[in-house]
Amino acid sequence: MTTRSNTQFLLNGKPVTLDAISAGDTLLDYLRLQKRLTGTKEGCAEGDCGACTVLVGRLNKGQLNYETVNACIRFMASLDGCHIVTVEYLSGPDGRMHPVQQAMVDFHGSQCGFCTPGFVMSLYALWMETPEPTETQIETALQGNLCRCTGYEPIIRAAQSINTYGSPAQDALNTERAAVTSQLQAMADGQRVELRTDDSLAILPADVDDLAAALLEHPDATMVAGATDVGLWVTKFLKTISPAIFLSHLEELREIEQSDGMIRMGAGVSYSGSADTLCAAFPHLRDYWDRIAGWQIRNMGTIGGNVANGSPIGDTPPVLIALGAQVILRKGDARRTLPVEAFFIDYGKQDLAAGEFVERIDIPLAQPGSLHAAYKISKRRDEDISSVAVGLNVTVQDGQITNARIAFGGMAATPKRAAAVEAALIGQPWSEATISAAAAKLPEDFQPLTDWRASSEYRMRSAQNLLRRFWLENAATDAPVRLMRA
Amino acid sequence: MHDDTRPDAALTPPADRTLSGGVHVDRRHDSAVKHVTGRAEYADDIAEPVGTLHAYLGLSERAHAKLRNVDLDAVRNAPGVIDVLTADDIPGVNDVSPTGRDDEPVLATDKIEFWGQPIFAVIAETRDQARRAAHLAQIDYEDLPHVLEADAAQNADMPYVTPPLTLKRGDAPVAMKNAKHRIKGQMRVGGQDHMYLEGHIAFAIPGEDEDVIVHSSTQHPTEAQHMVAHVLGVASNAVTVNVRRMGGGFGGKETQMNLFCAVAAIAAKRLNRPVKIRPDRDDDMSATGKRHDFVIDYEVGFDDDGKIEAVTGEFAARCGFSSDLSGPVTDRALFHADNAYFYPHVLLNSHPMKTNTVSNTAFRGFGGPQGVIIAERIIEEIAYHRSRDSLDIRKLNFYGEGRDITPYHQTVEDNIAPQIVADLEARSDYAERRQAVLDWNAKGGVIRKGIALTPVKFGISFTATWYNQAGALVHIYSDGSIHLNHGGTEMGQGLNTKVAQVVADAFQADFETIKITKTTTEKVPNTSATAASSGTDLNGMAALDACEQIKARLVEFAADTWNVAPEAVRFLPGSVQIGDEVISFPDLIKAAYMARIHLSAAGFYKTPKIHWDRDKGTGRPFYYYAYGAAVSEVSIDTLTGEYIVDRADVLHDVGRSLNPVIDRGQVEGAFIQGMGWLTTEELWWDEKGQLRTHAPSTYKIPLASDRPRIFNVDLADWSENRENTIKRSKAVGEPPFMLGISVLEALSMAVASVDDYRTCPRLNAPATPERVLMAVERLQGEG
Ligand SMILES: Cc1cc2nc3c(=O)[nH]c(=O)nc-3n(C[C@H](O)[C@H](O)[C@H](O)COP(=O)(O)OP(=O)(O)OC[C@H]3O[C@@H](n4cnc5c(N)ncnc54)[C@H](O)[C@@H]3O)c2cc1C
Ligand code: FES
Ligand code: FES
Repeated sequence: MTTRSNTQFLLNGKPVTLDAISAGDTLLDYLRLQKRLTGTKEGCAEGDCGACTVLVGRLNKGQLNYETVNACIRFMASLDGCHIVTVEYLSGPDGRMHPVQQAMVDFHGSQCGFCTPGFVMSLYALWMETPEPTETQIETALQGNLCRCTGYEPIIRAAQSINTYGSPAQDALNTERAAVTSQLQAMADGQRVELRTDDSLAILPADVDDLAAALLEHPDATMVAGATDVGLWVTKFLKTISPAIFLSHLEELREIEQSDGMIRMGAGVSYSGSADTLCAAFPHLRDYWDRIAGWQIRNMGTIGGNVANGSPIGDTPPVLIALGAQVILRKGDARRTLPVEAFFIDYGKQDLAAGEFVERIDIPLAQPGSLHAAYKISKRRDEDISSVAVGLNVTVQDGQITNARIAFGGMAATPKRAAAVEAALIGQPWSEATISAAAAKLPEDFQPLTDWRASSEYRMRSAQNLLRRFWLENAATDAPVRLMRA
Repeated sequence: MHDDTRPDAALTPPADRTLSGGVHVDRRHDSAVKHVTGRAEYADDIAEPVGTLHAYLGLSERAHAKLRNVDLDAVRNAPGVIDVLTADDIPGVNDVSPTGRDDEPVLATDKIEFWGQPIFAVIAETRDQARRAAHLAQIDYEDLPHVLEADAAQNADMPYVTPPLTLKRGDAPVAMKNAKHRIKGQMRVGGQDHMYLEGHIAFAIPGEDEDVIVHSSTQHPTEAQHMVAHVLGVASNAVTVNVRRMGGGFGGKETQMNLFCAVAAIAAKRLNRPVKIRPDRDDDMSATGKRHDFVIDYEVGFDDDGKIEAVTGEFAARCGFSSDLSGPVTDRALFHADNAYFYPHVLLNSHPMKTNTVSNTAFRGFGGPQGVIIAERIIEEIAYHRSRDSLDIRKLNFYGEGRDITPYHQTVEDNIAPQIVADLEARSDYAERRQAVLDWNAKGGVIRKGIALTPVKFGISFTATWYNQAGALVHIYSDGSIHLNHGGTEMGQGLNTKVAQVVADAFQADFETIKITKTTTEKVPNTSATAASSGTDLNGMAALDACEQIKARLVEFAADTWNVAPEAVRFLPGSVQIGDEVISFPDLIKAAYMARIHLSAAGFYKTPKIHWDRDKGTGRPFYYYAYGAAVSEVSIDTLTGEYIVDRADVLHDVGRSLNPVIDRGQVEGAFIQGMGWLTTEELWWDEKGQLRTHAPSTYKIPLASDRPRIFNVDLADWSENRENTIKRSKAVGEPPFMLGISVLEALSMAVASVDDYRTCPRLNAPATPERVLMAVERLQGEG
């Protein structure tokens, strides 16, 4: 197989070829330091503020999709064959402002202005997708953008009016779509890409088989999917990730399909990419999914990465465990299947051999009679890491609980099932008393930590109360048991 | 009379010609277009000259320790490293204490007093190299016991970082004893990180002789200039500090930038190369100060109606390892401990405690919010005790006739708190909505609601009287274009826009003809920090003074040249009427230039009437007060403590607004920031004394989805400043921050509902979901 030793992409409509980039080079530094495109700002370098928001367009089955990403933790190596769009591309060649920009000016959406280019980019992406967004859609699109000055009100007003300034159909990214698509197609030569510098190697395998091969060649390599964890290792902890094997460009890993009572999800499917299928099959995940990180991170971060990193506070493992999902691991041509809960051995230790990777996650569809819920508690409602997260899946037949899968995050060193609680439920009548008795067992399952997110006491108390919420939500009662935005 | 400087073309002004961007009109931020297009230049965006180096700080990893040995060999030998600076390399004085107390070293010498204290600086070819090298130091510490909390510092007999203040009127102990009812309580109020989106940054370019130019993102260029001169051991005239704009300041860049300016300047002079320093967000939040946390013990005596008879308060503040601005900050907490209420007898003491934490500093409100919050807590306590709506208790205790002397003996002459509150109460349907909340809660259930209306009265002026001065420089070029410069700095608040409006109004010249230029110590010297909400009050007046000087010369020139009385010279939009003739403004300027009229002026302003005797605790520290009020309505989940702010209605007093849309933006932003302070923004130190919430991943400021969906913000358009401020406007930066207190009290009411409002929940701040749940459970336990 031939390999290519440079990377090619479009930056604001212009082709760029780079020979020497390190695995850990970030898009933000490239834009600001190499290209002096200083409209894109650094506010945190950890994916949390959105000041660095840019759009990345990438082909998926021939279709060009633009998504917002955080340039600060996006590695250059992962942009092969992509179109990078920064705030500088928005105003026309004549200097005329873009509808998003004009709306932001007219509604006084900027004060200090430092967050503004990032907001402009998020709103741009929203408007292209949803020209007339609801307030909820606007808020959801802006979860990954912090503004310390305005209090957001004028930005929301601007967002609601963008479409009166122009329609997406006339936008450059749409009028140039065919041309850009063919340019990107020309770049996609199906080769493995190996980018080298004196002390760094970044590999973009040609396909999944090549990924398997590359991992056998470099069993010590850092796998990089969405880089929403790995990016921070570099920007915050100054880690060296070379040799690094990138996988977010692999279309096969981004496939998600549903058949025979099973959802099969490639490990490279992002939070955003999984939302439609998962939330259609499991409506209880809708709110929960929108509370994972912010939009940019949801576009980048993968379910495979969320599972593979083995964090005790990852949001998908408790839900996947409750649903009875399985993880398919691959090394070379050998595959094995594990229940998700069995993948987590201890803090920082997963059942993943050197050279092995997560290829797929399989989720069985819900059984009739099963009651589902997924709850997340965090200090701030959106774009915050859970203090406690829980996935619940309880089967009730003829008033009796016949099965229970309940898994918590934030309560132990790994995402973990609440065995004592489950045992206290199974075989009991579906009643408030049963739930209370089961909740009382929770301290047998967990002795949570105290940290800056929550105290041990609060974690335990609120986790118990979430079991109570589960009961109340499923008991026929008119009174609301959850908060709703007006 | 005809002389050749007089233009002959006369012009009739179109009747409908209006001025673009005068005063009292909406005008967008002058940089708005640059903001949205990414073309606004911040300090980190300035093109770097060839040879620019980058500095990074090496920070301590102990809260309190002796430095036994600092081994920097690995740092020196790291790739790209050019130089390493320690305290010994500072040519002048190793101190950046803003108040001259000599207690704040740039780089630590033999002891470490907080986790994150700078020990050395490394200078390398790239920022990445400097940053990596900074982590290679081998430091041998001898650990010492550390103290983090203000009350723990009191118990450990830690010293004050600055002299405390007492405010006293009447005989509080006796009045307290005689009061029919007494309540004693304690409130813990957390600090707050500024979380400006643009972090600290300084970029120094060496010049000839001892000269150095520093581009920085500081609210206080003059102080940075003085500090750089101080650490370099040179005169202030060698140092120029420039600020075009900041990506947010909020007080966090008032004194805290001194460190970065000092390090960049020392390195630049030493190496004779430009040097830039920009810490990452973690270091920015670890090594620079924040809002002061307070532990406040209060007691109130009151009668059956809930009328206050006496108040005492002990205000212990976490000041950190040095004084910084803790003196005036803790003073201001006492100045605002009355908020809008009359205390017949009062005794307030501040305790500015030294702690082994980063030195706390200015933050929007400057200690005032921590005072106001206690006044509101006291009201709340009385309301629960008397089973009354807290709004009734508020009204009963407002300042009024014969009840108008503050604890610092200033007479409240401009009290409009009752009017603001009455107006807002009606606009917001407070009474009906409160009843609806009570009815909702009466049904029981998991979701409970709360509603609260709280006012603010905020004193305007620096309490350090000498800071209440400002300068401006206005030039008119011979083509009629205007150059405006003043001592204030632009951090998003729209100061430049407002001052330019004042200039536009003065000359009746369109806003577009005025160029707003970067703040620089070269043009206006000896400026005060852009702080204390004073930016427009001070700089607007100074700019107006400059304009008036030039106008006087123009009027004299025109009157002489056209042979009319000075009163017959009138500035019209874009033109000037001289007797019966009208000529364009540029034509007049051209003519004036030809006649050798001086078209430049330096303006100056100092605030009148104010004085303050700190030792006696009496005076008139404030020129006037700004007022406001807010009603917030919330829902809480009693199973998890999570909450939503459903609605907020705000009515705020900015006098006669210079620019209503900008002022409203300040009010909205301040409300949300105040809400953040009291809800999700939590500073959390571990037992080793390390702040663990030091980036947006762990420190949670409000998001768009945290703001109330219904958010009605109005300016009290009927208000006018009774003092002769710039166009009768009022300062706006800080006062509305305290309106966020209504959210805390509404949360408190929702909690109180679980035991039928029998107990004041005494929610500490920030009221995270955890604190709300724990309060719910406490009250359920008691109920
Ligand atoms: C601002 C921000 C907010 C966040 N909020 C949340 C949140 O609310 N909830 C939450 O759960 N998480 C959150 N995260 C964490 C993050 O999104 C997840 O952990 C993410 O799912 C990781 O996926 P990734 O594709 O980005 O993985 P990467 O960062 O690319 O990789 C993570 C780890 O998994 C390994 N890995 C990746 N893919 C594979 C594979 N296929 N096989 C084997 N190993 C693999 C990598 O080697 C690495 O060790 C947040 C992160 C940020 C930056
Ligand atoms: S810089 Fe904050 S998200 Fe990238
Ligand atoms: S305008 Fe300053 S942070 Fe948004």
